Formats: sequence, structure tokens, C-alpha cells
Amino acid sequence: MSGVGRDGAIHMVWAARLRWAAQRVLQIVPVIIVATFLVFGMLQLVPGDPAVTLAGDSATPQRIEQIRALYGLDRPFLAQYGTWLLHAAHGDLSRSILSGEPVRVAIMDRLPNTLLIVAGSLTLSLVIGIPMGVAAATRAGTRIDGAITGLTSFGVAVPSFWLAMLLVSVFALGLHWFPATGAVGIGDDFAGAVRHAVLPSIALCASGVATVARQLRSALVDVLSSQYVRTLQAKGLSPASILWKHGLKNVSVPLLTVIGLLVNRLLGATVVIEAVFAIPGTGSLVVNAALGKDFPVVQGVVLTMVIMVVVTNLLVDALYTVLDPRVSRS
Amino acid sequence: MSAVATAPAALRRAFMARFGRWLRHDMRAAISLGYLFCLALLALLAPVIAPHSPTDQDYNAILLPPGAGHLLGTDDLGRDVLSRLIYGAPVSLYASCLAVAIGVAIGLPVGVVAGYLGGKVDTLISRLIDTLLSFPGIVLAVGVTAALGIGLTNSMIAVGIVFSPELARLIRSQTLVVKQALYVEAARSFGASTSRIILRHILPNAVQPVIVQVTLMLAVALLVEASLSFLGLGVQPPAPSWGAMLARAYGNMEAAPAQMYPPGIAILLTALAFNGLGESIRAGLDPKLRRLELRT
Repeated sequence: MSGVGRDGAIHMVWAARLRWAAQRVLQIVPVIIVATFLVFGMLQLVPGDPAVTLAGDSATPQRIEQIRALYGLDRPFLAQYGTWLLHAAHGDLSRSILSGEPVRVAIMDRLPNTLLIVAGSLTLSLVIGIPMGVAAATRAGTRIDGAITGLTSFGVAVPSFWLAMLLVSVFALGLHWFPATGAVGIGDDFAGAVRHAVLPSIALCASGVATVARQLRSALVDVLSSQYVRTLQAKGLSPASILWKHGLKNVSVPLLTVIGLLVNRLLGATVVIEAVFAIPGTGSLVVNAALGKDFPVVQGVVLTMVIMVVVTNLLVDALYTVLDPRVSRS
Repeated sequence: MSAVATAPAALRRAFMARFGRWLRHDMRAAISLGYLFCLALLALLAPVIAPHSPTDQDYNAILLPPGAGHLLGTDDLGRDVLSRLIYGAPVSLYASCLAVAIGVAIGLPVGVVAGYLGGKVDTLISRLIDTLLSFPGIVLAVGVTAALGIGLTNSMIAVGIVFSPELARLIRSQTLVVKQALYVEAARSFGASTSRIILRHILPNAVQPVIVQVTLMLAVALLVEASLSFLGLGVQPPAPSWGAMLARAYGNMEAAPAQMYPPGIAILLTALAFNGLGESIRAGLDPKLRRLELRT
């Protein structure tokens, strides 16, 4: 009898989680649709005739007409958008104006290089930032706390591409520990790919380390000064076991929020870092496309990045429910 | 009668006294404000202070190391680095202020309207804000700059657009709190118009956290402007800009390694000053935080 009751309860918990997951997945559909609308609408910001802009300088009238027909610019905005969305939903993001290459292929070729340095700097941000945050929070008010807070101020304010230049001058040109530029496909040569990704990841992680350390410090200070921690101290628990058993468990949710935020910020910041290290990634792709007015590529990259951010946020939300069951119940 | 006339003067005195006390107690605020004041002065007096023209090229003095005549050396076109650094200050300050001003000009009204009106308008605006916040900032700025046309003003308009959803969300949540206040209800019951309530009662009382956010955003705008100019999407040559100077310095890193320090340090210090000021204002405005800092 009691076994049936427990199974029933577990069943109900899972049903609630599944229902919540389905709702959450459905919620991102409108976000992505609005995003596609905004991405496509960017072209409307172009002053004058987009066909003339797209065709580039010194284009013949024939070329302009060709571009107009190719991208359907002679049709009403909503009709253009509908066609574009339909194609995009099938993975067809049109072709690059500059190279003629399909945009999807161009993005897929370069995405691994970008994801490698984003993953590298996210890992570094957590591996360096978490101990810093814990050290500052458990010694709040001391010189160590002050030093860490000071360091994080620099982490937030230092231009990442300047830090990249300093790293190149010391570790690539000076000590020859790492290559100064370029990237190696992760499938071709794993060790080489990692070696190329080290300096870009370090340059990119400065603000990430600072953000993780700061957020963790403030969340942990709140937890450690709360009533129940005082009760645990009164019970005679050691500071270490309070920190590891109770403190860190309670800051896992704010930490997850920071990770979601960081993915968004790091994806953006790769744009400059890839330029410094001449990495053929999506960031350098979008910058070259912007400089060359290659709008299909610009739109394709922006859309890809938004979708990656939205999916990351979805994963973060899903992890919330595992860590904190109250989320799926409310 | 005289009491009414002296009231503003007394208020101003009280404010100045509080301001002075704040600066005396908060070293970070005093240093940040002092630095920014000097930078603004430098920017205004650039033509008087700079030893050379920022754009004059001298092919007999290319990539000189720092020394007499050219205190910070010359770049690959023989231009004086110190002069370009000084002339870069107004560019950076103008760009940061423009981006933040545009962010406020879009975000503030949208956020207040969404928060005050509520209902379907709020749902629609909130959904739009959520979506825009999912765009990686610099990538969106690059895309909008490409559409508007490359250049400093256009790229800063793009950054302002990127800032606006964050500000809109902040002012919306403040408006939701303030509109419950008794004095807003009182104004409404006296028949005040919606626009009067928003302008006279909601905005002045909801704006405090926005001031903090705006100061912190100046630092972000500075860094993004430097990044975009570094990439060639912002300030166009030959105009001086710290970001573009770094791009040139990077190209000549092996021949003239000293050139990458001045612009980088200038960007770092200015961003530190904006952030320091923002954090200090936040701490000064929040009495709860002040107590916390004293305790810990």
C-alpha cells in the first residue's frame, strides 16, 4: 500500500517536471520568432535602397536588379520576411554576397573555433572565479577581500583586446610558448587546437572571472550572515562544513544565473578577440561581413548566436529545477 | 516670503554639504570624479594642450620610441602619439555619452509606459525586452552598425539601442513599485493626467537606480567604442581614437612595442573611473548597503 503511494508521488513529481519542461520549451518559440523578426528587420535600418547598398560600390544597374530579384527586395516587407523565415526554418540562410558561399555552411565551418574559445574562457572563469569569490566571502572585510575586490574591478574595466595584445607580446612573441595567431580544427589536431585557444581564452576570461567572483561573493556573504547559518554555528559545526555543506549549496542557483549571462557576454566578446588572434570564427565572420555590407551573413550569424543564447538559458532553467524543486512547483 | 525665496539656496547648500561629506568619506568616489574631471578638462582643452596636430604626418619620424620632441613616440605614419591620445579623449567621452543618452532616450519612456500602463502593452514590451536581451550585445551592435553605415555616431546609436532594453527593464520594475505609492493614488484621485503623473511623480521617484546603471554603462560604452574602433567599425581614419590607435599599435607591435601601452592604459583608467563612480553612487544611495559594508 505504502509502495503504491510512494510510486504515485514520484510519478506526480515527474509529471509536474515534464509539464514544466514542455511549457518552458513552448515559451522560447515566441522569443525566437520575435528574434527572427528583429534580425530580418535590421535590413530596414539601411538608409536608402537596400539593393543598392547590397550590390556594393560601383555596381552596374543590372547587378542591382539581379540582387533585388535574388533577395526578393522588390516585394512587401512582410512577404520578404515570410519567405526568409520559411527558408531559415529549413536551415537555408541564403548566400553570402561577397563569396557566394551558403551562409549556413560559412557559419558551421567557423562555429567550432568560436565555441572552443568560449568554452575555454567559461571554464577558466569558473575555475579561477569560484575560489576567488569563496576566499573573499569567507574573509569578508579583510585585506584579502579588499585585494580580490580590487582585482575584479580591473577585470571588468580592462579592454579584452588590449589584454590579448599584452598576452601575445609576452607569451607568443617573447617566450614563444603559444602561437600568436590562427586556429587549428579541433577534429584535425586536438592538442594544436587547444594550444591555439589558450591565449584567446585567457584574454576573454578576465571579465568572466571578475563577474563570477563578485556575484559569488555577494551571494555567499548573504547566506553566511543568515539566521540558519548562525544556528549552525551555535550548534558547533565547523566553519568548513558550514561552507561546503550549506553555503555553496545555496549559492548554486545564483551561480547558474551568472553562467547563463556569461555565455551571452562571451559570445559577443569573441568578436574582438577573434580579430586580434586572426581566428576564423563566427565573430570575425560577422565583422568582415559588416565591413563588406554582406547582410545575409550578418543576419545569419546574429540569428545563430541568439538561438545559442536562448537554448543556453533554457538549459540553465532546466538545471534550476533540479537544484531547486520549488521552481517547477511555482 | 523670505523663507520661500531662500529655500532653494538653502537646499543647494545642504546638497553641497552632503556631496562634500560623501567625497571626504568615499576615497574611490573622490578619485574617480577627480580623474573624470581632469579628463573632461583635457578633452575640452585638447587643441591648447596637445604638443602637435593629431593628424599631421611626418615620414621622417616614423615609429619613433618615446623621447624628447615626441614624449610617447610616433606611429607608423609619423604622427605624435601623445597628441593623438589627448585628441582621443573627447572622442571617447562623446561616444560613451552619446550611446548612454540614446539608451536612456529609448529605454526610459518605454519602461515607464510598460510599467505604468500594464496589461497587454506591458506583456508585449516585456516580451520584446526579453528577446533583445538574448542578443549578445557587441554582435547586435556590429549588425546594426552594418545596417546604419560604418562610423562613430552610427556605431554609438547601435550601442544605445543595445543598452535600451536593460534600462527599460530597470525603469519598468521601479515604476511598478512607485505607482503603488499613496501620493500617486492621491494625484490620480485629484484628476491629474497620466502624463503629469508619469512626469511629476513616477519618474523622479523611480530614477535613482537608473543613475547608477547609467554610470556603469558609460564604462561599457567606452569599452565597446574602443572595440568597434579597433575593428574598424567605429571612428574612421584619420580621426584619433584610443581603440583605433591600438589597432595600429598591434600592427607594429614588433617594431614599436611601447605604442600599445598609452591607449590601453587610458581606456583602462577611464573605465575604472566610471565603474568606481557608479559603485560609489550605488553605495551612497543605499543605506542598507552602507550598513552591511560597515558590519562585514
